[in-house]
Amino acid sequence: MSVTGLALILFLTFHACMNVAALFSADAYNAICGFLGANWYAVAATAALAALVALHFIFAIILTLQNRKARGNNRYAVSTKVNEGKVEWASKNMFVLGLIVCLGLLLHLWGFWYNMMFAELAGCESQISPTDGYGWIVYNFHDRPGACIFAALYIVWLAALWFHLSHGMWSAFQTLGASGKTWLKRVKLISLIWNTIVILMFVVVVVYFALGFGSCGECTSACGDACQQAAECGAAC
Amino acid sequence: MAKNISFTIKYWKQNGPKDKGHFDTHEMKNIPDDTSFLEMLDILNEELIEEGKEPFVFDHDCREGICGMCSLYINGTPHGKTATGATTCQLYMRRFKDGCTITVEPWRSAAFPVIKDCMVDRSAFDKIIQAGGYTSVRTGQPQDANAILIPKQDADEAMDCATCIGCGACVAACKNGSAMLFISSKVSQLALLPQGKPEAAKRVKAMVARMDELGFGNCTNTRACEAVCPKNETIANIARLNREFLKAKAKD
Ligand code: HEM
Ligand code: SF4
Ligand code: FES
Repeated sequence: MSVTGLALILFLTFHACMNVAALFSADAYNAICGFLGANWYAVAATAALAALVALHFIFAIILTLQNRKARGNNRYAVSTKVNEGKVEWASKNMFVLGLIVCLGLLLHLWGFWYNMMFAELAGCESQISPTDGYGWIVYNFHDRPGACIFAALYIVWLAALWFHLSHGMWSAFQTLGASGKTWLKRVKLISLIWNTIVILMFVVVVVYFALGFGSCGECTSACGDACQQAAECGAAC
Repeated sequence: MAKNISFTIKYWKQNGPKDKGHFDTHEMKNIPDDTSFLEMLDILNEELIEEGKEPFVFDHDCREGICGMCSLYINGTPHGKTATGATTCQLYMRRFKDGCTITVEPWRSAAFPVIKDCMVDRSAFDKIIQAGGYTSVRTGQPQDANAILIPKQDADEAMDCATCIGCGACVAACKNGSAMLFISSKVSQLALLPQGKPEAAKRVKAMVARMDELGFGNCTNTRACEAVCPKNETIANIARLNREFLKAKAKD
C-alpha cells in the first residue's frame, strides 16, 4: 500500500505540474502532450501506472477484508468515544474515499485518455486532434454539453483525493518506518503541505477553464490552432 | 468530601465464545464516589448473589495498574480512558454523574474470544511474546554493572516502551483489530537496548509472523490505539517496529 501509494503521489505531482503549463501557454501544454503521446515510453509508463493502481486497489481489498475478519462480527453497543478528536475521519474511510477516487479516474480516462492516447493509438478521427491536449481541456470543462457537471465532478473527485491523501501520505511514511517521536509531526506537516499544493494545482486548472478563461473569447490569437478547433467543435455541439 | 451517587449499570452477559450474549441492567444505589470501578463491580456482584442471580464475570488481578489483567469497554472507551491514562482498576466512580447509565462491554475483537461475560481470552498476546519477546540470557558470572553503557535517553525510552502491560485495549479500540501498538512496544523495549540487539532481527520477524498467524489485523495508522492506551504508548513505536522489520527483511 505504502510503496504503490507513494509512487502514485509522485505521478500525481508530475501530472499537476504539467497541467499548470496549460494556464500559461497552449503551445507549451501541447508540446508536453506531444511528448507523452503514442510513443513507446509514454505507453509503457501508462501501463506501469495502470499496474500501480491495480496493485494498490487489490492490496486495499485484501487488507480491508483481513481487517474486517480480525475485527470480528461483534459490534460495540456504545459506539466508540475514542474517535472523538483523536482519530481522523479520513483514516477510517480510506476504502470508500479510494472508491470515489476510482470512479473519478474512470471519468478522467473517458474524458481525456480515451480521446487522446487511445484515439491516437487506434487512429480514430475526431474534430479535436488527439494531440491537442489543450483543445480537449477546453472542450471537457467549457464547451462540451454538460461541461459544468463534468467540472463539478472533477472537484468532488479532487476533494476525495485530498482526503485520501491527507491520511495516506503520512501514513505511508509511518508504514515504511520513516517516522518517529520527533519526525511524526514533521512528516504530517510536510505531507499536508505537499498534498494540498498538488490538489490545488489540479483544482486551479479545472476552475480556470470551467470559468471560460483559456477559451476563444478571452484569447483569440494566442491559443491559435487548439482554440479554433475547440470553437468549431463547440459550435458543432 | 465523598458524596454518593446512584446510577444504572448495563453489563454484558455471554456464556462463551459461541453464545450471542445480551445486556443485563441493575440499579446501583448510594455508591460513594471514591469507590473504584472494580470495587463498584464487587458491590454489584454481592447484590446479584443476594438476589439469587449469577454474578458478573470480569478480569482483574493487581488492582494497581501494573498487571494488565483488567479490561472492560466502559461507555465506549477501553478502560474508560482518562486524560492522563489509567487502567480500569484505577478508574474511580467520581468520574461518573449521579443518575447516569454506565455501559460495560468486553473487548470485542476476533483474536480475543469471550470466555464468559466480560472476561476475554488474551492468550494470543502470550503466544506473541513466546515467539520472541525476550532476550536469551546465558548464565554465569554477572557482568560488571558499568560494562555496558547505555545513554540515559535510550534507557528512558526503553522503559517507556516497557511500561506496556499487555492489556489489549489497543486491539479493542482498533477498527482493524490490530495488535501493532502492543507488539511495537515489546519490540522497542528490547531493540533500544544493547542487550536486545543480537536477537533483534530474529525477534521482530518471529513476533510479526506470529501476530499475523493469530489473526490480528493490519495497521492503517488510525491512532485509535494510542488514544486509549493506559500507559500512553505512541505510534512512534510502530514506526520503529516497521523500521526494524524492514531492516531484518532486507538482510535476508
Ligand atoms: C491516485 C490514486 C491514489 C493514490 C495517490 C493513493 C495513495 C495512497 C497512499 C499514499 C496510501 C497510504 C499507504 C499506507 O499507509 O501504507 C493509501 C492507502 C490506501 N488506499 Fe489509496 N491511493 C489512491 C487510490 C486508491 C484507490 C483507487 C483505492 C481503492 C479503493 C484506494 C484504497 C486505499 C486503502 C484501502 C488504503 C489503506 C488505508 C491505510 O493504509 O490507511 N486508494 N493510498
Ligand atoms: S500498548 Fe497500551 S493498550 Fe496496548 S497492550 Fe500495551 S498497555 Fe495495553
Ligand atoms: S487489575 Fe492489574 S492492571 Fe488493572
